[in-house]
Amino acid sequence: MTAAVPSLSLRAKSTNARVRPYVFGALGLVLLALVWEAYKAVGPAEGVMIGDITVLPRTSDIAMPHLWTMWERLGEPVTSAAGSPALWFAVLQAAGFTLGIAAVGWLVGVSVGMLLAIVMQRFRTAESALLPWVVLSQTVPLIAIAPLVKRWGAQIEVGAFDWEDWMSVALIASYLAFFPVSIGALRGLGSPDKAHLELMHSYAAGWWSTLLRLRLPASVPYLLPALRLAAANAVIGTVVAEVSIGLRGGVGRMMVEFASAASGDPAKPWAPIFGAVLVGLIAAGVVIVLGLFVGRYRRGEVSA
Amino acid sequence: MNAVEVTGVSKVFRVAKGAEVVALDSVSLSVVPGEFVSLIGPSGCGKSTLLRLIADLDQPTAGEVLVFGKSARQARIDQDYGIAFQQAGLLPWRTVTGNIELPLELHGVGKAARRARAQDLLALVGLSDFADRYPDQLSGGMQQRVAIARSLAESPELLLMDEPFGALDEMTRERMQTELVRICAETGAAVVFVTHSIPEAVYLSSRVVVMSPRPGRIQEVVTVGLGSAGTRDDALREDAAFFASVKAVREALHGDAVHEKAPHSVRGVETR
Repeated sequence: MTAAVPSLSLRAKSTNARVRPYVFGALGLVLLALVWEAYKAVGPAEGVMIGDITVLPRTSDIAMPHLWTMWERLGEPVTSAAGSPALWFAVLQAAGFTLGIAAVGWLVGVSVGMLLAIVMQRFRTAESALLPWVVLSQTVPLIAIAPLVKRWGAQIEVGAFDWEDWMSVALIASYLAFFPVSIGALRGLGSPDKAHLELMHSYAAGWWSTLLRLRLPASVPYLLPALRLAAANAVIGTVVAEVSIGLRGGVGRMMVEFASAASGDPAKPWAPIFGAVLVGLIAAGVVIVLGLFVGRYRRGEVSA
Repeated sequence: MNAVEVTGVSKVFRVAKGAEVVALDSVSLSVVPGEFVSLIGPSGCGKSTLLRLIADLDQPTAGEVLVFGKSARQARIDQDYGIAFQQAGLLPWRTVTGNIELPLELHGVGKAARRARAQDLLALVGLSDFADRYPDQLSGGMQQRVAIARSLAESPELLLMDEPFGALDEMTRERMQTELVRICAETGAAVVFVTHSIPEAVYLSSRVVVMSPRPGRIQEVVTVGLGSAGTRDDALREDAAFFASVKAVREALHGDAVHEKAPHSVRGVETR
């Protein structure tokens, strides 16, 4: 009766609020395109310099191709060789390859991160012992660990199983992805009120039941942003690791290959960059869709 | 066998730097099955602490707490009591039904039996139409009724309630009291009820345990002769016997406190 009124107005408001981010997102893209073309039109050909330092790029067609040139280039074949596929198709294939590896890295990273968080939640000593290393792990530069992972991987040989280069890339991606998950999950698992914990205690519920029925559901609002960060990290990790390990087939390697063609074909290197952006958007989108399925665990966010 | 048997129980809390606070000092109390006993007293008199000891949420420093002849810990493990706090403490991601089913689920009751029990309890607390709502869609009074239904889920012989109506407005509060009296009459459970409110304690209880602070002690036990739970209704609130009992509890609460304070200083009384 009375409860129906606020919930109705709430719904009307939320439809409006749901559309708004997309509108602003699209506006942002248009704005970016306008700035690009406007600077290219009015900016000095040699770029803006302060002393000897270039602070804004040159506006030549080589440094800043027109957006429509990039777009047209996507429709043309990759190389002039006969039977070469269209550029957009090659980029899409590479993006799919990268997305697959990033997904594996994300899954491994999320599993490891969750496991670490649960162990740290369960044993206080584990928290003091592990947490500094978890934080420290993220200060090691990717470029430094990539060759190590590749070399160690090469020595793994169990029966018919052979360590392949794409696994090294996925492992590095997971190395970046696990961090936000472990930190977010640790906070989330510790978030239930004392009252709820005492209630579970009064039910003589063990640690496992409390984890399943209280701590995990309560951690969802903390986990979702962490999963989104992990997805972004996994994509970045995959692209960078593809370059440093030298794995062919993904957008990372493609960027390096096409960059060498930049002087003669300036629009070409932009194609794999768009591919990488696409991978990032899909990865973030998947997590958002995931969030829709656990909506009821986020009720606390709304009412609080 | 008594529902609750507290014998010579003390509870000392260690606070910072070795300082100690005596929350309870050799308290003894018996509650017989089906009896409604209220604990009342000013803040810091240890009434909540006493309830928490019975619930095995805290352990006594000295003395013994028996619930249906077992240790408090065993009684908790055997789920001999249901408990409700001042905050309803519902899980926000579970529906009303899901919240009531939580204790049953934890103790391996089958799905169909859980559903049936939840329906019965919802009818008992008058929330049948709200079975599939989420807690944030309910008013405070409704949430508290769900919490009471949840505490009754396993048909406990003992209910422990820590100011369950403390956060409610006066009108909701009186309605909830009337309902609690009816529910207790229907279930026949013994109740230990912590409250700040004298009329609430008198209206609900067969005995009111008046406690005094620092250290927490039982000052007096006032027996309220207002008839069995089944015969209590709103008319009772205007009954002469009701006012007589309210007066008795008030005097027990304040009477001796004035006595004790008087020798120290007159100003102490004035500032009160």
